[in-house]
Amino acid sequence: MKKLLVAVAGLTALFAGPALAQNYPTEPVTMIVPFAAGGPTDIIARLVAEPMSRFLGQQIIIENVAGAGGTTGITRGAEAQPNGYTIMMGHMGTHGAAPALYPNLKYNPAADFAPIGVAAGTPIIIVGSKKVPAEDLQGFIAWAKKQGDKANHAHAGVGSVSHSTGILLNSMLGIKSTYIPYTGTGPALNDMLSGQVDYMTDQIVNLVGQINAGAVKAFAIATPKRSPALPNLPTTKEAGLGGYEVSAWNAVFAPKGTPQAIVDKLSDALSKALDDANARKRLDDLGAVIPEGAERGSAALQKLVVSEVARWTPVLKEAMAAQKK
Amino acid sequence: MDIFSNLAMGFGVAFTLQNLFLCFLGCMIGTLVGVLPGVGPVATIAMLLPITFGLDPTGALIMLAGIYYGAQYGGSTTAILVNIPGEATAVVTTLDGHQMAKQGRAGVALGVAALGSFFAGCVATIFIAALGAPLTRFAQLFGPAEYFSLMVMGLVFSTVLARGSILKALLMVFLGLLLATVGTDLETGQERVTLGIQQLSDGVDFAPLAMGIFGFAEIIRNLENPEARDVVRSKIGNLLPNWSEIKQSIKPVLRGTAIGSILGILPGNGAVLGPFASYAMEKKLAKDPSRFGKGAIEGVAGPESANNAGAQTAFIPLLTLGIPPNAVMALMVGAMTIHGIIPGPQVMTKNPELFWGMIASMWIGNAMLVIINLPLVGIWVKLLKVPYRLMFPAILIFCSIGIYSINNSIQDVYFTAFFALVGYIMIKLGFEPAPMLLGFVLGKLMEEKLRQALILSRGSFTTFIERPVSATLLAVALIMLVIALLPAMSKKRDQAFQE
Repeated sequence: MKKLLVAVAGLTALFAGPALAQNYPTEPVTMIVPFAAGGPTDIIARLVAEPMSRFLGQQIIIENVAGAGGTTGITRGAEAQPNGYTIMMGHMGTHGAAPALYPNLKYNPAADFAPIGVAAGTPIIIVGSKKVPAEDLQGFIAWAKKQGDKANHAHAGVGSVSHSTGILLNSMLGIKSTYIPYTGTGPALNDMLSGQVDYMTDQIVNLVGQINAGAVKAFAIATPKRSPALPNLPTTKEAGLGGYEVSAWNAVFAPKGTPQAIVDKLSDALSKALDDANARKRLDDLGAVIPEGAERGSAALQKLVVSEVARWTPVLKEAMAAQKK
Repeated sequence: MDIFSNLAMGFGVAFTLQNLFLCFLGCMIGTLVGVLPGVGPVATIAMLLPITFGLDPTGALIMLAGIYYGAQYGGSTTAILVNIPGEATAVVTTLDGHQMAKQGRAGVALGVAALGSFFAGCVATIFIAALGAPLTRFAQLFGPAEYFSLMVMGLVFSTVLARGSILKALLMVFLGLLLATVGTDLETGQERVTLGIQQLSDGVDFAPLAMGIFGFAEIIRNLENPEARDVVRSKIGNLLPNWSEIKQSIKPVLRGTAIGSILGILPGNGAVLGPFASYAMEKKLAKDPSRFGKGAIEGVAGPESANNAGAQTAFIPLLTLGIPPNAVMALMVGAMTIHGIIPGPQVMTKNPELFWGMIASMWIGNAMLVIINLPLVGIWVKLLKVPYRLMFPAILIFCSIGIYSINNSIQDVYFTAFFALVGYIMIKLGFEPAPMLLGFVLGKLMEEKLRQALILSRGSFTTFIERPVSATLLAVALIMLVIALLPAMSKKRDQAFQE
């Protein structure tokens, strides 16, 4: 009898996994967004989660776990049960820049996750205050080089997108401007409007209103193609800075060990969500870039994470070391 | 005039059946989350954001705005009844509001808070409509240096918050400043005094600190001597303020409205200073400052008006610049972007029906809030009759849920428990928590702005006196300090503070 019980238990255990994956999802799925509600990543997560819920037949619930540049939420997500009921919206910062910025990071972006797919990215724009005597990117570069450390470079806080992308820009151009740290794009923009700080890089969503109103000068957008939201703004390539192509990408991850069938199901739902007409329109309105074809899916995301970590680590480590001196 | 045609259009938008209903819904939800200790407007708006997907943007924003200023109304209720400030702006209301409740004048305190808030809300709405755009330019004069000087002025207020010894109050302010330094360094990204606890890497949260040190600690203290409650239970007193109480409150309400409106415009959460400034002013102007901290009605009327005026004018930087001055406004930006409206200086010209509709809805919302709140005063006051054994567990549970919902984090609840113990010890040793919270609230901004200003000036401290606005603010702070330290004045003040 005891043997039988053991056998039954063993069999149940054997079938439980696949059976669960087959019916998945039977209950709501939690998506951890590692930033505060209302920010660019949160908005993209909500826009994508809504159609995804429809395709999965279960509600995706957004849980905002903000803190430490997004690493608090992602740490929690990485440690969650890998059963497909906890997934997370990772991001250029949490899965690209974080290893260089947080020496005690509790996860490895490339090894501790089951990648599901890229959701959407928001392009980076180089903007300057109206006091900067330049009308295009080349003029700006010449001005910034001449200014040396007299130029004031604002960013939205260590670990933020504007911080990493700003450091990359300065390091590529060899600009030695003074960094002015803020605690978000809002306060930084405020001081840029009044001309206290000279320039910054940040996501299109945060800037497009100010650019259209002529309150700040936009120099270039760091994407291969111009954005329909700002059709007159040249790309960095057009403006002669081809190597500076960055976007704040957002991507869905599951914890490592999530069954492949579930990952595939989620990946498929995400891809369908990105083709949803309503979601597409809203993402377009934000100026977000939607991945197409081969840019979608698990494999593409894994490749992206590896290449992003390799890209950010040396640049950021060098800049942070210089700052601590 | 342009304003009138614009406002007329705004009222046209706000007076549709759908928008009236959404405004009412927002105010109702706001009042409820304000009253429930712990559940703040940030968490509520975040939770309700997806529900607004199906609405048109104007309606959605009208509702979310209603939640925000509704919560400011409701928040004073918990501050007065159970001594728990749900938000930084309600901290000073606990000082005299809760004392009034203990004396059986809870209804009067709630009534004055509601009427003062209504008046302040109406004035602030007109203020936004008439002066929103030009005032934005004034707000832009506030760079890091000006902000720092403003915060210095704020700290000088802290001495006025003290009910006991000035020395102890100052020590508490410094403790607050120290607590504010916990977290990631602004410039280098190094962690400071986080003890390896990841939750602390963004610093100590306001809600666990305030709730632990005020609310929970108060509960522990009450459990110690249950007979103190008899005062509350025996007589509840008038539900509404009588004529002499209203007359006493008129001037504080006017002054509070003016201070709150101006500080609210500043892009960077200047609104938190409003109630503190108003309280400090009332205490200075009072013929008998010793009544403050013992249930002075001016100490409720002024700050409550200031906080509501600030809550309304905080919309100015959002609507005219597209720059959110605080966490709730950041959520509103999110709500706008989700609905395809790009926040920025062009909202006013590109979406006038949204801009003016929202402003008109604020006035309607304020009227609704008085209608919702005044009849509720009676119910809230009756809540005080609920026996301890039912009320305290309920408060603890609501607070814990609220704190958990801020970051979805159990550690925040543990922090609250820890701060409750600290708060209890502080009460036992005769230290006041209010100055500490002021130091804590100002500390973060102060450090940030000081460092930004010094980096911008490349290390030169003269930047604070070279810039005229900053110099003026510092001068005012200095004058206040000198007045406080002058021997003759100081004798008078000692009488006021040594109870």
